[in-house]
Amino acid sequence: MVAAIASVASVAARRIRGGEGVATRGRVLLTLDPGALSHLARGRDVVLVTGTNGKTTTAHLLAAALGTLGPVAHNASGANMSDGAVAALATRRHAPRAVLEVDELHLARVADAVSPAVVVLLNLTRDQLDRGSEVAAVATSIRKSLRRHPRTLVVANRDDPVVVATVEGMPRVTWVAASAGWSGDASLCLRCGRQLVAKHEWSCPCGLSQPQADWELDGAAVRGAGVTTPLHLRLPGRFNLGNALAAMAAAHALGVPPGAAADAMADLESVAHRYATVRHGSHELHLLLAKNPAGWAETLPLLKDYPALLLVINAREADGRDTSWLWDVPFEQLPPRPTVASGDRAADVGLRLSYAAVGHQTVDDPLAGLELLPPGEVVAVANYTAFADLWRRLAVMSGR
Amino acid sequence: MSRESTVRIGLLLPDVLGTYSDRGNAVVLAQRLLRRGIDADVIMVTAGSSPPGGCDLYVIGGGEDAAQSFAAEWLLGHRDLRLALQTTRVLAVCAGLQVLGQWVGDGHGRRQPGLGILDLTTSPGPRRAVGEVLTRCAVPGVGLLTGFENHRGMTQLGPDAAPLAAVMHGVGNGSVDGSEGALTSTVVGTYMHGPVLARNPVLADHLLQGVVGGPLPALELPDQEGVRQLHLALAHRPFERLGPVRAAIDRRRSP
Ligand SMILES: [Zn+2]
Repeated sequence: MVAAIASVASVAARRIRGGEGVATRGRVLLTLDPGALSHLARGRDVVLVTGTNGKTTTAHLLAAALGTLGPVAHNASGANMSDGAVAALATRRHAPRAVLEVDELHLARVADAVSPAVVVLLNLTRDQLDRGSEVAAVATSIRKSLRRHPRTLVVANRDDPVVVATVEGMPRVTWVAASAGWSGDASLCLRCGRQLVAKHEWSCPCGLSQPQADWELDGAAVRGAGVTTPLHLRLPGRFNLGNALAAMAAAHALGVPPGAAADAMADLESVAHRYATVRHGSHELHLLLAKNPAGWAETLPLLKDYPALLLVINAREADGRDTSWLWDVPFEQLPPRPTVASGDRAADVGLRLSYAAVGHQTVDDPLAGLELLPPGEVVAVANYTAFADLWRRLAVMSGR
Repeated sequence: MSRESTVRIGLLLPDVLGTYSDRGNAVVLAQRLLRRGIDADVIMVTAGSSPPGGCDLYVIGGGEDAAQSFAAEWLLGHRDLRLALQTTRVLAVCAGLQVLGQWVGDGHGRRQPGLGILDLTTSPGPRRAVGEVLTRCAVPGVGLLTGFENHRGMTQLGPDAAPLAAVMHGVGNGSVDGSEGALTSTVVGTYMHGPVLARNPVLADHLLQGVVGGPLPALELPDQEGVRQLHLALAHRPFERLGPVRAAIDRRRSP
């Protein structure tokens, strides 16, 4: 039954949206069979990856690591609600393992349907506040959902106090020291509301404190499972080392030796087009995604070596309608160089740059903006829908 | 204060009441002085620090429920700062506005005492107010204000409080009088994020002119007018019509 429905849905989705049909296909499947997610997950080891930042990258790293054991179902396109999960499971129906990145607010629904073997919780910081997703509310929703799955192993970031308060009390936790680059939402204890004491490690007068790490980074190596494993990622940035650490811990729980996981993850060059390099006319464009203050805190250090900068900011539903968060990003750190502010909210990001004394030009259309930059290397940073739009237009123009 | 000295802007509890990026207001205030040749410093008054005396202006922002309770108790626990807030110019946004009032109720009969600097009280409303806001400001010469509201608290102004503005689009205080925020000779209180002073530079200059004691020369920044036009249009139309709205803006921009 599920198989028949899956192929009907697949055809329907292709008709509806062409190549973009992943989520649509999932929606059609769920409409035809509301239990499709749990039927498709039955008998498989499913890992759910959630958190504010790093979901997509961590899921890709983990899928690569689990791929050393056999086929893996994975919502690689980043469609991260129930519909995307269903579509991924339906596509690789015989893969014994699945890696699903899941939106924080949809974890409860997906977890209840698939009874995950492992849940990876990376970090919880502000993002899209207009959809009622203040950090405390998201944490409560995740906490409730985890409590319904006491047999699930939780791989959790011990460096994020919000994550620790969310996970504490769960019977099976593996703690990873995946770092927390931005602490703007973690000054008060989520459990008691008092101010956290942050010295070498963080703690609270109520007793909540930083757990011992089971997995941690040691320079360019990973210590965990009793061994030290060299790790050479092609993906840039300190935060991707943290993502890889979490992926290695989760892969190990499903039987992948750390060395094999590290080798498999090393080959990854780009993730859903992020970190990709694209030639466009006279420009070589390096693509980065950053969509909230925590993501930007990790991204800013990556920008310094590029001679020109293109910013693309939208505020559609999937981005959050409010652009206030731009003021939590220390754009003052950007060095002077040819810079363009673009996207639906070009003016909002442009004004932020004005107050940060970063000279720039403002053009709504990012590709028109690109033409204002000198030939050669350009780094482009876009938020969620801006990134998707930019990629689509670059891909269409180069005939990919 | 004299023009030779540095204007000190106290940003209160940016680590606790920073959820909606209202710290940007302090950046806007300082930059609008510096670019007119007046020295300005932003002093970050975090929860672990002891508040400095003698700031010329205080800025306090919005946060979640636990952060608001923490902030109210913290402010009540610092007597000198509490007294300073009664006489110094203050911009208070969202939770910051609420804690300057008499009390904030939690809907279960519990009332968190505020500082009592503004004659207003706040209780949870039936649903969260989220979206673009457009108001007409009560301060002469300021005109229309735009911002983004995101709050559940509904604020009732008492007889000794005056509104900052009248709501044209959005919810604001959520009371039947259609008011938004609160205004005294020294305090500007509002629910508007954005941050509000980046979106409404005339309101920023209103606060600053009070501090420097006289008119300030005009100051135009790149994209200031673009932001204003964008948000005036957004407040009037649903988000989904952004395309046509943008077209309308572009038409207005072209000669
Ligand atoms: Zn505590």
